[in-house]
Amino acid sequence: MRPTMQLQTEVLIIGAGGAGMYAAIEAARRGANVLLVDRSLIGRGGATVMAQMTVAAAVGEETPDHWEHHLADTLKAGRDLCDPNLSRLLCEDGVECIREMDGWGVGWARAPQAEGKRGPMRQVMAPGHDRPRCVYVDFLNTGPAVSRTLRTQVIRAPGVRRVGDLLVVDLIVRGGQCVGALALHLTTGEMVTIAARATIVATGGLTRLYRRNSASLNMGGDGYALSLRAGAELIDMEFVQFFPIGHLAPRLIGMDPIMWDPFRYKLGGRLLNGAKEEFTQRYGTADEGKYVITRDLATYAITKEVEAGRGSPHGGAYLSFEHLSVEQLRAAFGPVIDRLAKNGIDLTRQPIEVAPIAHYHMGGVRVDTEMRTNVPGLFATGEAVGGANGANRLSGNAITEALAFGRRAGHSAALRAQGMKSTPMAAATMLPTRTKPLEFNPAAMLVQLQAVMADDVGPFRTQAGLQRALASIRSMREAVGAAMPAPGGAYDAVRIDWLDLRSMLLVAESVAAAAIARTESRGAHQREDHPGMDDRWRVNQVVTLEDERIVLTERKVPSMERAAA
Amino acid sequence: MKQTATLHVRRAIGGESARVETHAVPFEPGQSVLDALRWIRVHADPTLAIRFSCINANACKECMMQIDGKTQYACLARLEPRDMRIEPLRNKALIHDLVTEIAPSDERLLASGHADAADDPA
Repeated sequence: MRPTMQLQTEVLIIGAGGAGMYAAIEAARRGANVLLVDRSLIGRGGATVMAQMTVAAAVGEETPDHWEHHLADTLKAGRDLCDPNLSRLLCEDGVECIREMDGWGVGWARAPQAEGKRGPMRQVMAPGHDRPRCVYVDFLNTGPAVSRTLRTQVIRAPGVRRVGDLLVVDLIVRGGQCVGALALHLTTGEMVTIAARATIVATGGLTRLYRRNSASLNMGGDGYALSLRAGAELIDMEFVQFFPIGHLAPRLIGMDPIMWDPFRYKLGGRLLNGAKEEFTQRYGTADEGKYVITRDLATYAITKEVEAGRGSPHGGAYLSFEHLSVEQLRAAFGPVIDRLAKNGIDLTRQPIEVAPIAHYHMGGVRVDTEMRTNVPGLFATGEAVGGANGANRLSGNAITEALAFGRRAGHSAALRAQGMKSTPMAAATMLPTRTKPLEFNPAAMLVQLQAVMADDVGPFRTQAGLQRALASIRSMREAVGAAMPAPGGAYDAVRIDWLDLRSMLLVAESVAAAAIARTESRGAHQREDHPGMDDRWRVNQVVTLEDERIVLTERKVPSMERAAA
Repeated sequence: MKQTATLHVRRAIGGESARVETHAVPFEPGQSVLDALRWIRVHADPTLAIRFSCINANACKECMMQIDGKTQYACLARLEPRDMRIEPLRNKALIHDLVTEIAPSDERLLASGHADAADDPA
């Protein structure tokens, strides 16, 4: 099968979430022509649009702050595994990006001020921060507002072409350099090659690998698989962040499962076990109706309480706002209270149930502070990058990372593109195609993979469970094989699932393999058979692909390259 | 006995004549129509084409379709233990089954106005 269409661009950006869109804006600002593609519609998929509230940056308008304080908190949360140069970039450039977004009219919440003058940007306290540092857009509207604002700027930027419904299947590497990508055009079923001087992977994380997750359908780790197969390195793949209080019950529709996070920021709320008692103090941090417990500790406390038989009816914990008045709830969340009422929930009368849910991936493609991978021509950005958050990400750092890293990647890719005289030829090697139909249901296998990951590669891991998971993943990889299902034409759901399995199984295997090797407990990686941090493991693990096999190596944690100003 | 929702799903590839397939889906209170469509793909027929991204948050606005003749988001429409009629949007070009062309025209690969030199091979 030959590709029927060829595109050419200076900078190709894969993924139109926050990081990809900021990269497009910045590359265009530097004069590059840009092709921004997404497997979903532009600015609709990905994780950014799902963010409800907090974006951490030391803007310091309400409470004095400096990015160095934010950096100190980020490094502390990362449990000695952060690449401090990437963390610094997040904290330092994040402030400028928040201000630029403000200038673009994102609508960060502000304190009221008299005489028609704007009040200071509101900043709320979040766990792990030394002071109130998180800006937001009311009500639960941060992600949609950030996405919409960036989308408007992308549309205004000269030289940016946007194409949705384009699923990138492979990066094209020639002579050791990334020269573009091969993609499936979903609405026609045709293959397309894209020749590019610089390619940016901005595909987000891997939370779709898990049964309960908080992200979009397209967060299956595509970018990790693309990068691995292109010869890039992944780092810290064992560190998957679980958000402790994802919505569990009763069933809600039209609400993001992470919605209780902003409720806790603004109103506190009480985290209770099945007997309606406070319990987190048993695991080291008292909750006391304030939102101070970090994500890894809260995940641990809820899971252990459920294991001890003290969970809520659906196997989580209760979160109660029953001590608050309707007026207090309305003042904080206005229309959201009506949406809850439509779902039959009155928070003044009933607690809801919450449980840990896969939320973010600390690991990802290894890059330098210019967002360059080890493959010339290939860049990565946003959540797809590993290293800035080490073993555990601080609340509010994900959108900041998307913005700051997106901007940097756009800049770096434009510089590379402009330094080249011509766009290299990109002849893609097509995937082989099956002659017979698939002998399994790929949608069912995706569900099976999510169960394997949730049961054995979740927040709490053992050697036996991880080995079991690895065996399941490998046998699924064998069943999936290397040949694509025969084309079924427009929006071929089976072919899309098969391509997702091809990527997700490779990524799942790299998470499980890295988790088996790390025989200690650190941040989001908790080994029940190896409790406690071990100094010997103050190293990053790097994953590469050699002859279709996952290879792990250890790498010294980088130190700060230049002293903070 | 457990309740079921009976979905009558209109299926076709753009340009071909449509057929209606009926699926009985186990009903649990609180589910959305999108939950039921995803159930069909996993348990009965993975070839059913649906478009969605955010699953449950009503953030992506991609799962719009006709449910009992009304245009709705499948993730917001409650599943009910009765016969339900599921069809693609009528006012958009049909791509496959419940997937229609809803992308803005300048964000499509084959968009008019983009037949420029940048599309041709070097």
